[in-house]
This record gives sequence, structure tokens and C-alpha cells, in this order.
Amino acid sequence: MDEILSLSALELRDKIAAREISAVEATQGYLDAIEKTEPQVGAFTQVLAERAQERAGEVDKRLAAGHDAGPLAGVPMAVKDNLATPFGRTTCSSKMLAEFRAPYCATAVEKLEAAGAVILGKTNMDEFAMGSSTETSHHAPTRNPWDTARVPGGSSGGSAAAVAARLCAAALGSDTGGSIRQPAALCGVVGFKPTYGRVSRFGLVAFGSSLDQIGPMTRDVSDCALLTNVISGHDPKDSTSVPAEPPDCLAEIDQPIENLRIGLPAEFFSDALDDEINASIRQAVEVYRSAGARIVEVSLPHSRVDRDADGKLSSYAVACYYIVAMAEASSNLARYDGVHYGHRTAEKTSDIVELYSRSRAEGFGEEVKRRIMLGTYTLSAGYYDAYYNKAMKVRRLIKNDFDAAFESCDVLLCPTTPTTAFALGEKTDDPLTMYMADIYTISVNLAGLPGISIPAGLSKAGLPIGMQIVGPALSESAVLRVARSYEAAGGASRLMPQLLKG
Amino acid sequence: MSKTIDINLVRHVGKLSRIELTDEQVQTFAGQLASILEYFDKLQELDTEDAEPMAHAVQLHNVFGDDEPACSLRPDEALANAPQRDGDFFKVPKVIGDS
Repeated sequence: MDEILSLSALELRDKIAAREISAVEATQGYLDAIEKTEPQVGAFTQVLAERAQERAGEVDKRLAAGHDAGPLAGVPMAVKDNLATPFGRTTCSSKMLAEFRAPYCATAVEKLEAAGAVILGKTNMDEFAMGSSTETSHHAPTRNPWDTARVPGGSSGGSAAAVAARLCAAALGSDTGGSIRQPAALCGVVGFKPTYGRVSRFGLVAFGSSLDQIGPMTRDVSDCALLTNVISGHDPKDSTSVPAEPPDCLAEIDQPIENLRIGLPAEFFSDALDDEINASIRQAVEVYRSAGARIVEVSLPHSRVDRDADGKLSSYAVACYYIVAMAEASSNLARYDGVHYGHRTAEKTSDIVELYSRSRAEGFGEEVKRRIMLGTYTLSAGYYDAYYNKAMKVRRLIKNDFDAAFESCDVLLCPTTPTTAFALGEKTDDPLTMYMADIYTISVNLAGLPGISIPAGLSKAGLPIGMQIVGPALSESAVLRVARSYEAAGGASRLMPQLLKG
Repeated sequence: MSKTIDINLVRHVGKLSRIELTDEQVQTFAGQLASILEYFDKLQELDTEDAEPMAHAVQLHNVFGDDEPACSLRPDEALANAPQRDGDFFKVPKVIGDS
């Protein structure tokens, strides 16, 4: 494979900064890769080739003039299509926003560009980030580069697949219940959801506002630390962003983890856990033990994962999460009214309510409708206490469990997903089964904590397995260090998917 | 709490949600929403008597910005995505009747 495509973002940045490779060459290398491989993957909603080449040219000019072009100088990247960009469209993979052109730029994207990154395009996703397979996209489903008959996970499936298939050096995704970590696990890449509030949500199209967080998706942990550095920090435009100075995660990444306490939540290692995934994590536990970490057992009773009598997965956290997320979604998506922006029905309507109702009926897909309706129902008079208020109380119990666990350990090690990548169409008829794809990731969003998924090897069928590391609030640096320690000890990284092996 | 979502309730929630539903959708959603709501009822098993409801993971209160004048979107930018406009206005069907 082309040298450009084989380099990490960090390595590519160094070569561009040293002027061994030009930013224009790097961008062209990726645009060529997109032309060749994208038809089999479908990772993008739009490729913005012309603008990317212009931006790359500007980076080269800066470097030629002897200026610093930033920590991501010339690195070709992709961003999820729910991040507002004043260039191209911001569609959320929805018919509702198919033609929407954002009048402003998401802070995270602005920071990438200020750091010298070149945005190649916007990536496909589940519609409005509602899904775990990228199959609810209005465009077309994205395919997993490890097996194109399988899903890449979701909702940031386009970003995960693009990173895995070398269609960009790195990408941004967003994670409301696992939407960065779950597709990262299924595509064999690194995906990091920072602490809620660490990265500004300004310009991230809202789904579940108390849960949403933007984060990096990369081929290795160092790239992930680099991107975390670039996008973190307080933003006056997001009043929920944390007013604390972010650490330099990259500078601290190779510090030893000796004596660090790694907690294994007993409830995540129940009988419900897949044998191969369990074996991969147990193998990682031994790697950590050899590195001098101390392994302790901890408990997260309200996030317990079980199988019911029919063999179906089940967890209080899933019920809690979907009540909260759907309630917030039903409020957030009320803004799509067919008046200010977005799809409007072409049919003649006799009054304003009919205009709203028909435009929304035409503009939203089935899963989005289900969630708006369920959210509306659980918030409605007579049901609020039984559902929303109950879920907020359970959310507190889930958060308390994490607080208690972190009294006896520094980070948690657990699975990212209950299974490896599943087949396209396998879960689309049964929403509840699809919701269980996030069973190990959602409690981390409810508690607002940083969580990363890193590759932990392949299954016998040759599909990537992810493992998750979770830390206390604002412990990004420690989480990345623990992830890096496994990678440096020979753990899986920069995995090459089947599609590229030909 | 009712676990049976009948089709009338689905129609009602559709109205509240401002989403027109076909008869076929009402049937499909009734079954799906019922099974999801039944799953939500699992939370009733938990004792939450002493739990303080948690709406947000970050405890920030009264976040004030500096009181500095700044530009907001210009009318042209704000109207650029409007499905229908009339000068500097969003255009919608008539809301108030003739009589």
C-alpha cells in the first residue's frame, strides 16, 4: 500500500512538517484511495475534494514560508455529518437535512482546521445519530471493511469505516450511548469519548444533550491523544463545556502504568459475555499485570448485563439510557418544523400543524420517529414520573456505582460490545435488540465519563474485538495512557481490514 | 402503568409529536412501542426512594457569559435554508382563518 496511507496521523504530520511529503500529496493520496475503495464501503455522505486540495495547498504555503502549520498540519481527516460545517452540507444522514448548509462551524471542526487538518469530507451515520449500525442512514448503509456483508456499527459507522479502510488518516465522531466506541470496536480502530463537557458541543447537531460528546476515531492511541489535545477545552459557545484546562495527553502517553489499579466490573463479566471477547480481555489483563498494574474486582450493580430466559441481553442501564435519550431527542428534534430550515412537504397543507406533521413524516426515518414518539410519550402528563423521573433516579444510582468503583481503582477495563460486527439487516426489524448493541457503553454516557475502545485482537471469524477503558471524570490522560500501554506491549493496533488485503 | 399501547394511543402520540402516521405505521409502531415500553418497566424493580434525580453529569450552575455586544446571524444567513421565504420573512401557510 501507498506509504501515505500506511502512516499514522502523527507520522504523516511529522513528514509533512519536515517537508518530506507535501500536504497536497497527502490529500491526493487519500482522495485517490477514496475513489478506489469508497464505492465498496460507503463511508462518506460527501467528499469535498476541491476544498480539501485548496486547504492542503495553503498548508504547504505556510510551511514553505517557514511558518508552523499546526499540530495537524496537512493531515487528511473526515468528520461525522452531524458536525456543522460552513462548507458542504450538514445532513445528519437525514432526508430532513439533505440540503442543509450550516451558517456556522462546529468548534471541534474549527479547532481541527486551525491545527492544520484538511477535511476530506463528511461521514455517514445513523440518521440523527440514532442507531448502532449506520443502517438508519437516509443515504445508504455503510459497510464494514472487514466484511462488507456486515455493519460497521454506529452511529459513527462512516467515520469508523473510513479510518479502518484508510480513507482518511483520522476522523471525528460523536457518542451519545456508544456511537464512537461501538463502531470503533466493530471496525478495529481506536475510538474515544472524552468526559462530558471536555469537548465543546457547539455545532454538534443535538440528539441527547446531556449525553452527547464529540471525540476522535483513529488508527492508534497516540493519534487519539493528539486529536484529543486539539479538540478539548472550554468554549464560551457551549455553556456545558468544562472550564478546566485540558492536560497534554500526548506528552503523558508513554508514562508507565506501574501500580496503577485497573478495575474489572464483575457485572460486565457475567455469563452474558461472549466467550471470545472475554478471552481477549483476559489476555489483556495479563498484559497489564506484566506491566506492573494491579488488577482489582469492582462492582457496578446497576449496569449489570444479564441474559433473560430467552437468551436476550438485558440491563437496567439500557432502559435508563433510552428513556433519557429519547426524552431529550423528542425535545431537541421539535425544531425540525419545515419552516426555518430542513425538509418541507411539497403537498399543499391547509394549516400550520398539517405543514409540521407532514414535513416531519416525510423528512424523518422510522427509527427517528420511534424515538420522538417514545420520548414524547414518556414526558407526557401521567407518565413522566413512571418513566423520565424514574430514569433520572436510576441514572443517579448508576453514577454512584462508578463513584464507588473509582474509590478502589484508577480505571475500569471492560468489553466495548456484546458481539463482533453483525450482518447487515440482522437487527433492523427488532429495535429493542439493536438497542442492546450499546449495553456495555451507555452507562459511561449516563455518568458522563471518558471511555475509549481499542482493538484487542480478532475473533476466530477474523472480525475485530474491542475493549473499553473507562476513567473518572476528566481523567483523559490516564485513560489514554492505559490504552497506550496495551498497544505498546504488542496489543493490536493499525489493523489492516480484509478489504485492503484484497 | 399500561403496557398495552393501543392504536388510538399511537395516533395520539403521533399528534403530540407532530408526525403524520399512515394506518400501516400505526399498526407497526403499536407493537414496537409496546415492547420497548414494557422493557422500560424493568426499572420499576429498582428501589430509587433515596436517589436524587440526575439530569446532567456535570454540575455547573448559572453559567454567565460576559455582557458584550456581538453579532448574531444576519437575516440573509438565517433565511438561507428557509424552504420558503418572502423578503426577510419565513413563509408559512395561513394560520388564522378568514372569518
